[in-house]
Amino acid sequence: MFYREAGQFKTTYAADSALFPILQDKIGIVLILFVAFILVPLTASDFAIDSILTPILVFSLAAIGLNLLTGYTGLLSLGTGGFMGVGAYACYKLATFFPGINIVVLIICSGFFAAAAGILFGLPSLRIKGFYLSVATLASQFFLSWCFIRIPWLYNYNVSASIEVPTRTLFGVPVTGPTATPATRYIVVLAIVSIMTWLASNLIRGRIGRTWMAVRDMDIAAELIGIKLYQTKLLAFAVSSFYCGVAGAMLVFLWLGNAESESFNINQSFLILFMVIIGGLGSLLGSFLGAALIWGLPIVLRTVPGFFNLSIKAATVEHITFMTLGALIILFLIAEPNGLARLWQIGKQKLRVWPFPY
Amino acid sequence: MHLLYQIFIDPFVQMGTAPDLFVQTLWEGLVTGVLYSLIALGFVLIFKASGVFNFAQGIMVVFAALALVGFYEHGVPAYLALGLTIVLMLILAFAVERLILRPLVNQAEIILFMATFGLTYFLIGFGELIFGGDPKVMISGALGLPSGSYQIKTLGGFVQMQKIDIAAAIIASLMVASLGIFFQKTRIGRALRAVADSHRAALSVGISLEQIWVIVWFAAGIVALATGIMWGARSNVSFALEIIALKALPVLILGGFTSIPGAIVGGIIIGLGEKIGEFYWGPLFGSGIEDWLAYVIALVFLLFRPQGLFGERIIERI
Amino acid sequence: MRLKRLVLGAALATLIGVPALVSQASAETFIPLFTYRTGPFANSGTPIANGMHDYFSMLNARDGGIGGSKVAVEECETGYKNEKGVECYESVKGKHPAIITPYSTGITLALIPKAAVDHIPILSMAYGLSASAVGKDFPWIFNPPATYWDGLSIIFRYIGGKEGGLDKLKGKTIGYIFFDGGYGREPLPLLHQFAKDYGFNVKEYPVPPAQMQNQSSIWLSVRRDRPAYMIMWGWGAMNPTAVQEAAKTGYPMDHFIGIWWSGSEDDARPAGPAGKGYLSLNFNAVGANFPALQDIKKYVIDKGNSQTPKGQLGENFYNRGVLNAAVIAEGIRNAQKLTGKKDITGDEMRRGMESLKITAARWKEIGLGGFAAPMAVSCSDHNGHHSAYVQQWDGTKWVKVSDWIAPMKDKVEPLLDAAAADYVKKNQPWPKRTEACDKSS
Repeated sequence: MFYREAGQFKTTYAADSALFPILQDKIGIVLILFVAFILVPLTASDFAIDSILTPILVFSLAAIGLNLLTGYTGLLSLGTGGFMGVGAYACYKLATFFPGINIVVLIICSGFFAAAAGILFGLPSLRIKGFYLSVATLASQFFLSWCFIRIPWLYNYNVSASIEVPTRTLFGVPVTGPTATPATRYIVVLAIVSIMTWLASNLIRGRIGRTWMAVRDMDIAAELIGIKLYQTKLLAFAVSSFYCGVAGAMLVFLWLGNAESESFNINQSFLILFMVIIGGLGSLLGSFLGAALIWGLPIVLRTVPGFFNLSIKAATVEHITFMTLGALIILFLIAEPNGLARLWQIGKQKLRVWPFPY
Repeated sequence: MHLLYQIFIDPFVQMGTAPDLFVQTLWEGLVTGVLYSLIALGFVLIFKASGVFNFAQGIMVVFAALALVGFYEHGVPAYLALGLTIVLMLILAFAVERLILRPLVNQAEIILFMATFGLTYFLIGFGELIFGGDPKVMISGALGLPSGSYQIKTLGGFVQMQKIDIAAAIIASLMVASLGIFFQKTRIGRALRAVADSHRAALSVGISLEQIWVIVWFAAGIVALATGIMWGARSNVSFALEIIALKALPVLILGGFTSIPGAIVGGIIIGLGEKIGEFYWGPLFGSGIEDWLAYVIALVFLLFRPQGLFGERIIERI
Repeated sequence: MRLKRLVLGAALATLIGVPALVSQASAETFIPLFTYRTGPFANSGTPIANGMHDYFSMLNARDGGIGGSKVAVEECETGYKNEKGVECYESVKGKHPAIITPYSTGITLALIPKAAVDHIPILSMAYGLSASAVGKDFPWIFNPPATYWDGLSIIFRYIGGKEGGLDKLKGKTIGYIFFDGGYGREPLPLLHQFAKDYGFNVKEYPVPPAQMQNQSSIWLSVRRDRPAYMIMWGWGAMNPTAVQEAAKTGYPMDHFIGIWWSGSEDDARPAGPAGKGYLSLNFNAVGANFPALQDIKKYVIDKGNSQTPKGQLGENFYNRGVLNAAVIAEGIRNAQKLTGKKDITGDEMRRGMESLKITAARWKEIGLGGFAAPMAVSCSDHNGHHSAYVQQWDGTKWVKVSDWIAPMKDKVEPLLDAAAADYVKKNQPWPKRTEACDKSS
């Protein structure tokens, strides 16, 4: 009823394989982009932008990165945090070496360093599978975060052993550093995330994405039909780490403004993994939904007592937040093991057939 | 040249010239390894019987130890507190079976893995809410565990062994032995093994899966409690312990997910490798390589045996 | 594809944004406290949080606030995590806080550039970036009474006193066990300079955050290297483990000195009788025999308005929290005096802090006579480089075993200036100080 494709005819192949073949989707995406690019920066408070929306976008990109690897290629990785760190530190070094080059370019470039690290640590995936592989990625996680503190060159020998983001401008407006407004940084993040999501969606719809999925579904069978396993797996590692690296660089440069080794620890990896699984393995939309839920939920939970003017101790709120988050993760998994993205699909189907049950 | 000497010769020279320190390192590695294997043992039990990769094992260690100390601080005598904690672990096992495993039966491994993440978060919040987040001193004295140490003068120096570490080693071996007997000789043990082989076949001969799950989670809870007491007595009981539990992962990888002897041997290899590596080769890298060494050791083993040392052979069919 | 994402975002935004804006009330001074009562660092964070909280509650209950302005305290739980700290900062910055205490070196580092833009002073009491003591470059950051480098030099003065001169250290080995992060790495440059100046060797023993409770191989190395002294920069669960392991390896405890953040009762107590003799620096008194602390007991704890467990009042880190709150309160009073206003803004608070002088008489007046050394902060020196003393664990409590020892200002200050200049250089364009200095400072 509300979401009906009937009457929308495709007359060319190009129209049939468009990213949004249905009119409603086209309108929807335009609306969302309008809200995201124009309405939000104009209306939302600094807190909402800087503490909710920007981190959600940054984590969404990292979740997309992990989803390409885990959801589409079936390689479980617990090293996301480390790869994000590679991106962040690479961007920091690049910004030191090339102060004249536009910071957005550097953020994108830092992804290549993360991709290289991803290929290196992805090598064991040729031989090891499943949970066993996750330990190989754990090794990379711990080794990388050790490097971030033990190689002072990475943080320019700062006594504080942390990296500080210098102020850089884009078209004369500061986009990084303390003087950049939250709204500016948000728009830059949003632009990068939108473009990279668009690229990812095209990647997975094409030949590369299909080989990834073939490997995920059964790698031996994929090999038999002529897919080169090592190329495919390493490419997945590279692309995934590229996305994570860019997310890491954005995390430091466009959100926190400062980071140390601990910002990219194992918990960061787990957090991204939560987002991917809660959102839905093998779904780009799911990456966004998962990030919004996992990041947004604790913030919402923390503000709940304030609504009812309850004065609960900050620590108690934190404990209850933890409990609720844990319980909700379990509940979501029980209700819909395929993630939030699946819920959205079901909802879409409901809209399609409404008011009839089927 | 100097570097090569430092990597390949110097550590062995040190081992030879200060044998007491070498023996001490071996001992420390052994004890740490035993504790790692205890954590891994909890993982293995659950993985064998229910196919769940239980990430919450680490937090169960902290939770059990916290509960024990928490009860004691509220005036419960030590042994009664121990009993109460065991009851608590039983309740936890029931709750996990009812609220998590049963609704999620037949789901993919990764979903169950995720659910134990949820459990981890819940237990962190719950434990801190009830017992407080501040670290506590393990009540090893009240439980009758020994303190102090033996100092053996030998090899031109001395080797020091903490009594609590010796107790840990003994308790761990008792625990492994009794689990082994339990698995091999009892009815429930046989049922457990049957479930591990095939859920469906076990169901068809009338084994209650629910009951088995409660039992293994309870057993894992007991193992967690023992680990918590031992590690708590070495340092103290705090949520920072949870991070150490991650070390059980390389142990598992090394030993294989389904093998109890594997967990023990893997734990000892990781413990020894880590301590020796840190002690003799660590200074070359500015120390602190323990953080990742265990994973690298496991990785190296994996490259040669992708199913772990004792894991069942992976056979892939189309 | 991405439907619903921002709908959700926008919904959240309204949900969060609205209450954050309305809860601003007038006729009070808003002081957010970034605390951590959860996570691996809770053992160090909880007593400090209690101390700060109770002191402000006491001022409210006893005097009706500070100079007639009620103190609105709000705790924000950071869990010692940088992201959470930044989130806390964003959530309170719209409510015009008078001053912010991050209680984490990592969070302080993240907030330093933001503070100047938002005009919010930050008090990082003897932690954070040592270089932020330079008021010329960091007008918004205050780190009295002493920096980490001051602390290290005080430790060396103490060692020198024990050995009969620092030149006696020649050829010996000094071990440095530290939390492997910004906090523990900061003293390294000065330590290496000392090593050069006095001719001793340094052995570094970094403790990665994940290994805080797994230090046995580190202490084995200590047994091998036999350092004459061990210096520790530890925090959270690392401290009690280190003290226990040191006792286990039989390291002479009276040669093991911790910085002021490694000196809580809970750090030494778990080691039992073997921990006797462990030393640590301190800059506040321990014990509850101070009129202000008795007032806290009377007005706050006995009334049940506190989370402080029995027996914590008067413990070292509780008192540290009280000192932190007292410094803020004095800063507010000073700002009120300077401006003649009751409710002060961040700008005025900065002025108040920059001319803060707490004499021994003033400490006595506020019921904290002898609680801490006299403290003076000036426009150019946001730290003061004050003295600290060494305390020793006697098995049940801390005992003061040295006089107040002044830091080696001559060694620390050039290093500070260089570090500040380096920070500014690396973070170009760093804002030039435009804030005028008050005459009194």
